[in-house]
Amino acid sequence: MDRYLLIVSTVCFLAAVVHTAIELRAGVFRPLRFNFFAVGLGFIFQTAFLSLRGHELERCPLTNLFEVFIFLAWSVAAIYMLVGPGYRLSLMGAFTAPLVVVLQVFALIAPIDIRHPVKLPANPWLEFHASISLLAYGAFALACIAGVMYLVQERQLKTHQLHSIFYHLPPLSDLFAAITRLLWWGFALYTLGIVSGFFTGHPLPRPQVVAAIGIWLLYAAILQGRHLRWFAPKRVAVLCIIGFSAALTLLWGITFTAEMHPIP
Amino acid sequence: MTVFCIGLSHHTANVATREQFAGSATAESIVREAGCPEALLLTTCNRVEVYGVSHKRISTDEIARCLTKTPIRDPHYYAPPFYRYEAEKCVQHLFRVASGLDSMVVGESEILGQAKKAYELARKSGAAGPYLHRLFQRAFRVAKQVRTHTDIARGAVSVGSVAVDLAQRIFGRLSDCKVLVLGAGEMSERTARALISRGVTDLRVTNRSMDRACELARAVGGRSIPFETWETQCREIDIFITSTTSETPLLTTEKLAPLLRDRLDHPLFIIDIAVPRDVDPSVNEMEGVYLYDIDSIRSVAEQSLELRRQQVVAAEAIIAEHVTDFVDSLSRGLNDAARKTEHPLPGENSLRASEL
Repeated sequence: MDRYLLIVSTVCFLAAVVHTAIELRAGVFRPLRFNFFAVGLGFIFQTAFLSLRGHELERCPLTNLFEVFIFLAWSVAAIYMLVGPGYRLSLMGAFTAPLVVVLQVFALIAPIDIRHPVKLPANPWLEFHASISLLAYGAFALACIAGVMYLVQERQLKTHQLHSIFYHLPPLSDLFAAITRLLWWGFALYTLGIVSGFFTGHPLPRPQVVAAIGIWLLYAAILQGRHLRWFAPKRVAVLCIIGFSAALTLLWGITFTAEMHPIP
Repeated sequence: MTVFCIGLSHHTANVATREQFAGSATAESIVREAGCPEALLLTTCNRVEVYGVSHKRISTDEIARCLTKTPIRDPHYYAPPFYRYEAEKCVQHLFRVASGLDSMVVGESEILGQAKKAYELARKSGAAGPYLHRLFQRAFRVAKQVRTHTDIARGAVSVGSVAVDLAQRIFGRLSDCKVLVLGAGEMSERTARALISRGVTDLRVTNRSMDRACELARAVGGRSIPFETWETQCREIDIFITSTTSETPLLTTEKLAPLLRDRLDHPLFIIDIAVPRDVDPSVNEMEGVYLYDIDSIRSVAEQSLELRRQQVVAAEAIIAEHVTDFVDSLSRGLNDAARKTEHPLPGENSLRASEL
């Protein structure tokens, strides 16, 4: 049953992707209502899925790679719902939806939904650590998407080749402001996630800790560079994409290691 | 009752021909002289058109005679450049005109305002009645829908508006932007005015001749600054408009690099409308600098026009839908009116019947 909810959710996000592709191709892109509605509906079904799975497991649904991917897709959609309309980044939905579709389709197709027999009671600190870290990943994903949008817009302005999408993307200054805010949100949540990891009462694998601190340092360096004006906005946008790619790789590694050596 | 349109436009007649028929007639005079119950005159720099409603056919020559400034003996003299649309074709033509599809610059919005003004004049004078009221109200609705649902009005097509459009794509709100105008030529003045109209409040003007700088600053509502300081101004300004007559580039990468060192996170938009160019093209390679010379601005304007042309198909589809619907509703209305005329209901007055 819960997998059907996920399939419906994926179809909603896919509808946003297809709608955007068709409209961009026809040169009549209207980013406002449809994308936000489709992403919103997809988000509702995601939430329903996670809620059902959580009740079934009697803990936060982060027990395997499948659930981690869905939680990450949910975080991305949740943060989009928070920042998208607020910063008038309506087109971000068009960029967010493909990422969510990729995450969910992969989770649905790959044989990663392996149920582990959980005997010990849930560890609240571990659940807090995992969920808050994934929310941070959601913010970093959105910063990465805003970075891609910044680079698309910047390239058009530099080369003087303006396509239909140019008139629908937010101004460079607004995109850069959104990137900065998302980085700060992500960094704050990630810091909280790392700190809470030390309260789980279980020894954490050293490679995971080192890699997580490495990602934290990378984002700290991006923010410091931004604050001290060492990096031009374009470089910050590129670093957001690199940072999220690294973070995603680390997430895979952490979850994979955790599945090998599960902590209750 | 048949609705018709007789007119001349930039497609069929040159300006010399058009001006022979513009300005002397009014909607009222056409109603009087041509003998049609309703008429509306739409006169712009690109067209002179009469929209009318009549039971009997009113000839093109008759309308041409009403429009002319000087009487010409040959009755067929006007016929060749005039076009004539009737019924469905007329409705379609008006919807296309109001939506800017028939304009010289496709998608321009000025025509809608002109059509509204023409309708208002005809309505006040009593020349436009219930038929033209319905027709024009629908035309305004169609024009709005076409603009909302397609990109027909997207992008700027003049130097000043392209500059403003690009500035808004870089900075968002322009009210906080600092603008420096170097050289007090006509093009810089137009661009500066366009920026002021979009909310720029901090505009600095400099020129080799201080008097000319002061004059331009006064004219556009900016302030003049000494010519020697323009380079150091680049440290803090956001938009730089230059149009001097210098034979060599005034701004090069070497000159600009040290000035931008402290403002790495702050873009600089340069509009170089001078020929020969005032800014070395390699400046565009610098991070955070967006340089547009006159050719690139023209190329953006061309791209916008092309984008608008691509939207014509989508716009025509919207118009076709409305034409069918409008013509159907009109014929339904006519049938109802005819029925009511034959068998009027008690208490129904003739005005209600005529309003369809």
